[in-house]
Amino acid sequence: MNIFDILGPVMVGPSSSHTAGAVRIGYITRSLLGSRPVMADIGLAGSFAATGKGHGTDKALIAGLLGMKPDDMRIPRSFEIADEEGLSFSFHEIRLAGAHPNTALLNVKGVDGKCLEVQASSLGGGRIMVNQLNSLAVNCTGEKPTLIVYHQDRPGHVTNVTAMLAEPGINIAALNLYREKKGGDAVMIIEVDQDVPADIIRRMEVREGIRKVIYIEGEKT
Amino acid sequence: MAYQSLKEITRLCEEEGIPFWRAVLQDDVNERSVSEDESFAAMGKMWETMLSSSENYDPSLMSGSGLVGMDGAKMEEYRKRGDVLVGDFVGKVITQALQMGESNACMKRIVAAPTAGACGVLPAVLVPLYKENAGKGEGTKARAINRERIIEALYVAAGIGQVIAARAFIAGAQGGCQAEVGSASSMAAGALVYLKGGDNEQIVHAAAMAMKNLLGLVCDPVAGLVEVPCVKRNVIGAVNALAAADMALAGIKSRIPPDQVIDAMKEVGESMHVSLRETGEGGVANTPYARELAREIHGKG
Repeated sequence: MNIFDILGPVMVGPSSSHTAGAVRIGYITRSLLGSRPVMADIGLAGSFAATGKGHGTDKALIAGLLGMKPDDMRIPRSFEIADEEGLSFSFHEIRLAGAHPNTALLNVKGVDGKCLEVQASSLGGGRIMVNQLNSLAVNCTGEKPTLIVYHQDRPGHVTNVTAMLAEPGINIAALNLYREKKGGDAVMIIEVDQDVPADIIRRMEVREGIRKVIYIEGEKT
Repeated sequence: MAYQSLKEITRLCEEEGIPFWRAVLQDDVNERSVSEDESFAAMGKMWETMLSSSENYDPSLMSGSGLVGMDGAKMEEYRKRGDVLVGDFVGKVITQALQMGESNACMKRIVAAPTAGACGVLPAVLVPLYKENAGKGEGTKARAINRERIIEALYVAAGIGQVIAARAFIAGAQGGCQAEVGSASSMAAGALVYLKGGDNEQIVHAAAMAMKNLLGLVCDPVAGLVEVPCVKRNVIGAVNALAAADMALAGIKSRIPPDQVIDAMKEVGESMHVSLRETGEGGVANTPYARELAREIHGKG
């Protein structure tokens, strides 16, 4: 933990796990979707379901989906703002066997019609972990700048992508590969130490075998 | 690598002839690859936020559950009548602790220190001290209480908190309220000693005494919410920090070495029953009335 995990974060109360963490889950889901969400169906599990309402977890998740950060004073009014901005939403309780006590399952639809299912947990102190992207089990915190590269499971794609990062001196902190089945759809989740310029992401996206690239900016103190 | 003991910090300070806060700043500079100015500016932002949170208290606001709110305003009114048992300054500290805890429960912007539930402790002692001394410019440089020295004191607090997080924990779910308000009180005590011109030994002994006094404090939030008894526990964290700092400044030491006190907090937290670690199942959360409130708030049995 760095000293700003101890003194900080600056956040809207009342709970770092149930409020600040929930905002971050909503925010990262919006980033992963890659467009403005217009519909969200959210399942709350465990302690999110039990005490979430009193902690504003529902308002916090919606605030994040609207692009707010944990210190945004508009969080308590997020439901009204969602109405104004054309985001319809619903909540329900779910059971997720084996999941972290503070977990949400978000089914979202973007303004471009694309849909995404994200399962994420709030780990405490405002830190989060994305556990599932559609049907793929993943691990992604969004604390560092992160690239999510959707590609075909074929030789050479990892080399191509890492070479494109190495060229401008971007250092990889962690790289994880996930695939549905051999030769099928796959995802690289790459956490890096430096910001990734937009032109690299554009060039990456048009490479053969790469379907889509999502970039998440890291947390800034 | 973050410091693993308070001893490590005080030893480094002695070897390099630097103050406690600078040892913590240097570590942040290394850890996050930032400049000293960037680090100092980030800490400055934490202080500005504490001040603005204090200014933005709304005396008419109640939390969503209706359990907390408006008590900070009551305390302020009472203090202004000029007959507070603990004196005017401590009256201000109590007021600030209540107001910050209530602001947090009412979804206003705060600085988690070290957690949102314990966010009132540090500002409760620092904001009144700063306001009473603002613009006075009295005393020697080593004891002046201005923006720069408050930020330095926040580094002292953060360094103590970091060691507690490394050796024990700072989450109620892991170690009970002693890990949240206890840690906050320990951090605040060290910060106060620094501001009053105490040396490094006095800083760590104040932190140890503040922690010891709150060992065993359980986390028993009614209806699982960061409201009852959390808001008022910020008061005891703050007042306890003042007492521990004054003892240390008087030359009183913790008989048990400070790092070992932190280890004791960990042991006590680990042996605490799970019902007393933020589950809302034990302590005041398990009283018949609290159970009734929980049913009303959550709309189920």
